[in-house]
Amino acid sequence: MSDLKKQIIEQLNLQDIKPEDIGDDQPLFVDGLGLDSIDALELIVLLQQHYKIKLSNAEDGPKVFKSVRTIAEYITAHQNQVA
Amino acid sequence: MFIRSTGVISAQHSFGNVPFLENPVEYNTNRLTCIEPDYKDIIDPKMIRRMSRIIRMGVAAAIGCLREGNTDVPDAIVTGTAYGCLQDTDVFLSKMVEQNEELLTPTAFIQSTHNTIGAQIGLMLKSNRYNNAFVHRGFSFESAMLDGMLLLMENAAGNVLVGAIDELTDHSFAILERFGLYKKNPVTNTALYSTNTRGSIAGEGSAFFLLAKEHTAGDYAKLDGMHTFYKPASIVESEEQVKLFLESHSIDINDIDLIITGRNGDTTHDAVYNQLNRGIFNGITTAGYKHLCGEYPTAVSFALWLAANCIKQNVIPSSLHSTSNTGKDIKRVLVYNHYQDIHHSLLLLSAC
Amino acid sequence: MSAPVFIAGIGTISAIGKNVAESMDAFRNGKAGMEAMRYLDSVHKNQLPVAEVKCSNEELAALAGLPAHISRTALLSAIAAKEALKDAAIDQLSSLKVGFISANTVGGMDKTENFFRSFLADNKKGKLKNVVHHECGSITELVADKLGVKHFISTISTACSSSANAIFFGARMIKQQMLDVAIAGGADALTKFTLNGFNTLMILDSEYCRPFDESRKGLNLGEGAAYVVLVSERIAKQLAKKPYCTLSGYCNANDAYHQTASSPDGIGSFLAMEGAMKMAGLQPSDIDYINLHGTGTQNNDIAEGTAIKRLFAPVYPKMSSTKSFTGHTLGASGSIEAVFSAMSIQQGIIYPNLRFQNQMKELPFTPQTTYIDNITVKHVLSNSFGFGGNCSSLLFSKI
Repeated sequence: MSDLKKQIIEQLNLQDIKPEDIGDDQPLFVDGLGLDSIDALELIVLLQQHYKIKLSNAEDGPKVFKSVRTIAEYITAHQNQVA
Repeated sequence: MFIRSTGVISAQHSFGNVPFLENPVEYNTNRLTCIEPDYKDIIDPKMIRRMSRIIRMGVAAAIGCLREGNTDVPDAIVTGTAYGCLQDTDVFLSKMVEQNEELLTPTAFIQSTHNTIGAQIGLMLKSNRYNNAFVHRGFSFESAMLDGMLLLMENAAGNVLVGAIDELTDHSFAILERFGLYKKNPVTNTALYSTNTRGSIAGEGSAFFLLAKEHTAGDYAKLDGMHTFYKPASIVESEEQVKLFLESHSIDINDIDLIITGRNGDTTHDAVYNQLNRGIFNGITTAGYKHLCGEYPTAVSFALWLAANCIKQNVIPSSLHSTSNTGKDIKRVLVYNHYQDIHHSLLLLSAC
Repeated sequence: MSAPVFIAGIGTISAIGKNVAESMDAFRNGKAGMEAMRYLDSVHKNQLPVAEVKCSNEELAALAGLPAHISRTALLSAIAAKEALKDAAIDQLSSLKVGFISANTVGGMDKTENFFRSFLADNKKGKLKNVVHHECGSITELVADKLGVKHFISTISTACSSSANAIFFGARMIKQQMLDVAIAGGADALTKFTLNGFNTLMILDSEYCRPFDESRKGLNLGEGAAYVVLVSERIAKQLAKKPYCTLSGYCNANDAYHQTASSPDGIGSFLAMEGAMKMAGLQPSDIDYINLHGTGTQNNDIAEGTAIKRLFAPVYPKMSSTKSFTGHTLGASGSIEAVFSAMSIQQGIIYPNLRFQNQMKELPFTPQTTYIDNITVKHVLSNSFGFGGNCSSLLFSKI
């Protein structure tokens, strides 16, 4: 999950935030890290780029991108599917 | 109408509470770059992470201007930019070409739109009021000013934040250089007007002004008028336009204490100023300004800042290298600028 | 100050026609302009339908009287502006103070895209003629020079509300007697830049768009241009032909909610519509037709619909999104829809909102689904909203 955190920080240009600052279950949007809908779209591309996972329905975004853990779980589930 | 406050980021120390051009920065180059402030106490870190350089410079200059004018939210926000957010455009376009239209992300695209800076200012101020953006090359700033002046004339606004923003990127510099806009070799900026060669020095900048309908103590100057003309057929036509402009304000050229011209060191572009100096401007103190900020389509916004400061502080800074400096009061300043001999504009300011 | 400004001429080109007459035929026949991509060369060719003007650049150049190598946006702009000016048929135009105020969102990007391919490999490469008209203002100048307009020219770019703002800027200059005549509107050609940009936002529908439908999935991009010729009352009186209508109100407001998304309550849209009606001295019940911004995205239609509900409840005027025909033509959409609004008033037409089936569950109203003509249409409100929260509404009234 720390790789994933690094990727998120890089993709979203989260200045002054280190991977260890982001809790595994910390909400990423609104009250948590303060991400918004544009960031969600950036994260969709991140999944495609690094994990070859295509989230075709943008409406699934809020569920998948709730926290780093939910993203990691989504990646694991879908990578297995491909394999 | 009056210029209440200013916020300017340029190749000179012009932002914040700094003495007016007392320590001019000298350059030996054909490309001037803005001196950027520390943005931390100006822009919310949550917003800044997405902002490219021009957006930061635009938003910071706007906020600086509003703070100086003790105004939280202006009645309207109007911006002018010739090139818009080049860096964001460049990022999206390059990735699109390199990645063959695949795996693109939205941030750069969203921020490439020409109204981004005005919109970001509106968003930061949570202002639902009038917001407009002009993008007409060397008339971008003048168009924005005209919109602001119209709003005041219509009583649709009591004050308007008007600004101009243009940035240079490595790519835009390389392209514009190929068009022959800039000098082939580095020049000392203070010697820009005596090179006797083609081309100018590249520049960029962000300049915001709070225009107000009513006079308040502390205002910089009164904005008497503005006039633009497009592609004059000859220098004679330009001279005619200057005369008509002065007539329309019922003043004589001898009423002008300082003329700031847009000479840029390109022999072809400066021909009109040279001829006017021998003609209608003869005997009046004149000064150039593009040695300080470089040449760019909205550079005239820097000249407006200069003119406003010369009047407010009643001084012609030595770094302007004016033709004379008699020490007489600076009560009225005329700015005459053209960009590429296509976009000509006149601005008239007076003490208030 | 409150002297009316008249619309004396109109011109448009879009996916549904190369001029006003062809566009009106398309409405009558219910023929939308979306198809598979033919002229734009993109890898998304078979996935994303677009509403292209059905002409090659060479064909457009012939209509425009301009060279075919310049930006398609300039070609579209010149064709529509020439039609509008010819339609207005103003005598001795050269003796009047004429302004050309145009809008676009990406200037000569269609050419810059080609330039960049070579330039990125080597910055000494790439044909300069492909980037010389990159700037938005440069497109305006190509057309102004073609029309012979010199007195005043300017360009506005506020994303999808650009040309609505251009139209009312022209009207304001006429009211201040800075201009006698303003040719105002906008143009945008499809480019890979905008297509891919909107695609990253995941708001492009892979089927034909369904504005204000519960099942809507996004917008279809389109291209086109349109201009209105605005004149002062003094000029209007001298014209041989009766003007189409007046521009009786306008308002620019900002949503100030998010960079791209509209606020849930559509505060920007609400303020723009309310401001335009207030300027014209009209009540919501006076409005006969709303030409919706209606892009077909989840977000726009709920925000715009909520603002309409707040302003108009409980009685709603007829309304439709003509983007169901033309696609979303971005910087041109405000002026294209202004031309349709002028025709709505002059001919008593209400345009259908194509492909509408299911009412949105949040809204108590539905758009007009059939073509109506020969009715009296006195006041038309036209909405144009864009990125950056820029919201503008124009109000047109019968003379």
